[in-house]
Amino acid sequence: MLKKSHYIILIFVVVLVLVLLQLPGGTIGKLKLAISGLFLPLFGLSNSTHEWLGQAKEGLVPRHELLRQIDQLRLENQQLQLRLQQEAQIWGENARLRGEVGWQRQIRWRPVLARVIARDPANWWRSLEIDRGLKDGLRANLPVLTSDGLVGRVQNVGETRSSVVLLGDPNLRVAALVGGSTNVETGIIAANVSAPQEEGMIDLDLLSGANLVRPGQSVVTWGAGGVFPAGIPIGKIVDIRPKEYGLSTEARVKLAADLSALEEVWVMLP
Amino acid sequence: MSWRPTLFVLAAAFLAVFLEASFGFFRNLFGAQIDLLPALMVYTALTLGFTSILLLAVCGGLWFDSLSLNPLGASVLPLLVIGILIYQSRELLMREHLPAQLILGVAAGAAQPLGTLFICLNAGVRPLLGWVSLWHWIVMAVGSGAATPLCFILFDRLRRALEYQPATQTSFRPDREIKRGKS
Repeated sequence: MLKKSHYIILIFVVVLVLVLLQLPGGTIGKLKLAISGLFLPLFGLSNSTHEWLGQAKEGLVPRHELLRQIDQLRLENQQLQLRLQQEAQIWGENARLRGEVGWQRQIRWRPVLARVIARDPANWWRSLEIDRGLKDGLRANLPVLTSDGLVGRVQNVGETRSSVVLLGDPNLRVAALVGGSTNVETGIIAANVSAPQEEGMIDLDLLSGANLVRPGQSVVTWGAGGVFPAGIPIGKIVDIRPKEYGLSTEARVKLAADLSALEEVWVMLP
Repeated sequence: MSWRPTLFVLAAAFLAVFLEASFGFFRNLFGAQIDLLPALMVYTALTLGFTSILLLAVCGGLWFDSLSLNPLGASVLPLLVIGILIYQSRELLMREHLPAQLILGVAAGAAQPLGTLFICLNAGVRPLLGWVSLWHWIVMAVGSGAATPLCFILFDRLRRALEYQPATQTSFRPDREIKRGKS
């Protein structure tokens, strides 16, 4: 049923796809952003509808409930202002001490709020698209988090949109720290390949075999590698299992942030 | 050849990719997102021509990959192969029969992710694969199987509504006409 001309077109398309597959990552990222830009009107429409529905829902909240929420927020605001004053003092002290010791000054990160506009349609990746890009100061490899903890990092950046690789994706590995002031262990956060069905669970790999890690301990970013600042909460240890005949340990970590229900995220700008 | 059906299919593919990326209903319900492109490809391969198959595979595949971490173009070839295979044997397939539509939809929905993963792995990227991928695969295949008859119903109705229908033969025969009065 296929004619000779059809075969020629087929060969041309196959060659074109093979060329596309061989293109370098940067070019592919730009191409992807250009093609996915076609969806912008639909994303805009979806966002507007979402906002409109939200406003309509807010209109139905009774007055006494709103007043209660205002009181609660006022109280929270006061508490946060006190904490901010305290933090400013600590920050100054930290900078002074670092200066005296000769250490590099810590960078104060500036958070930018971004709305999640799309998720990866393929089931074998963990990524999403946000509505902030180059014009908002974003660039590749910036950390993305919620108030609960780390979410991922920025992968490709377009003019008005960016793609974010989430924790649990094979493309994202994070140096992590477990434990408090004593018995500190370091490891690498990687995708939970053994059981990716467990939503919100990831593996903490390459821990030493010294059994210093305990279930319930907090996992935070280590800061090594320069992508993620130190101290961002990642999650809590659920269980531990020995690996490579006890030479190293692997732990399962319950993520602090709920990645399945992300609507807004913070991108940390240096 | 009318371009209208091809445009409808391309518009549907565009909407399908957008819905897959924007709405997580099936993802939240079954733990896996359903891909509607294989179902559309089954309809296109059984109804439309080679150009439509080619356009759906290239545009649909690129749109899908642009919103995904898949290497760009990884979804194009599997869709194209599915389309061409069905197109080649469409005279043997019973297009109007629901079981045929279901089976073809399931087969296409099962083959598409396998082909894409095969290309991903050969392109040197490591997707998130485990035992749960088997469940994802089943959901995608069954979802595609369920979506295929819906595609046929929707697009056939659309075509009937918007295209000129060929005039059917009337049962009136001039030689059987009763003529009254004197001739």
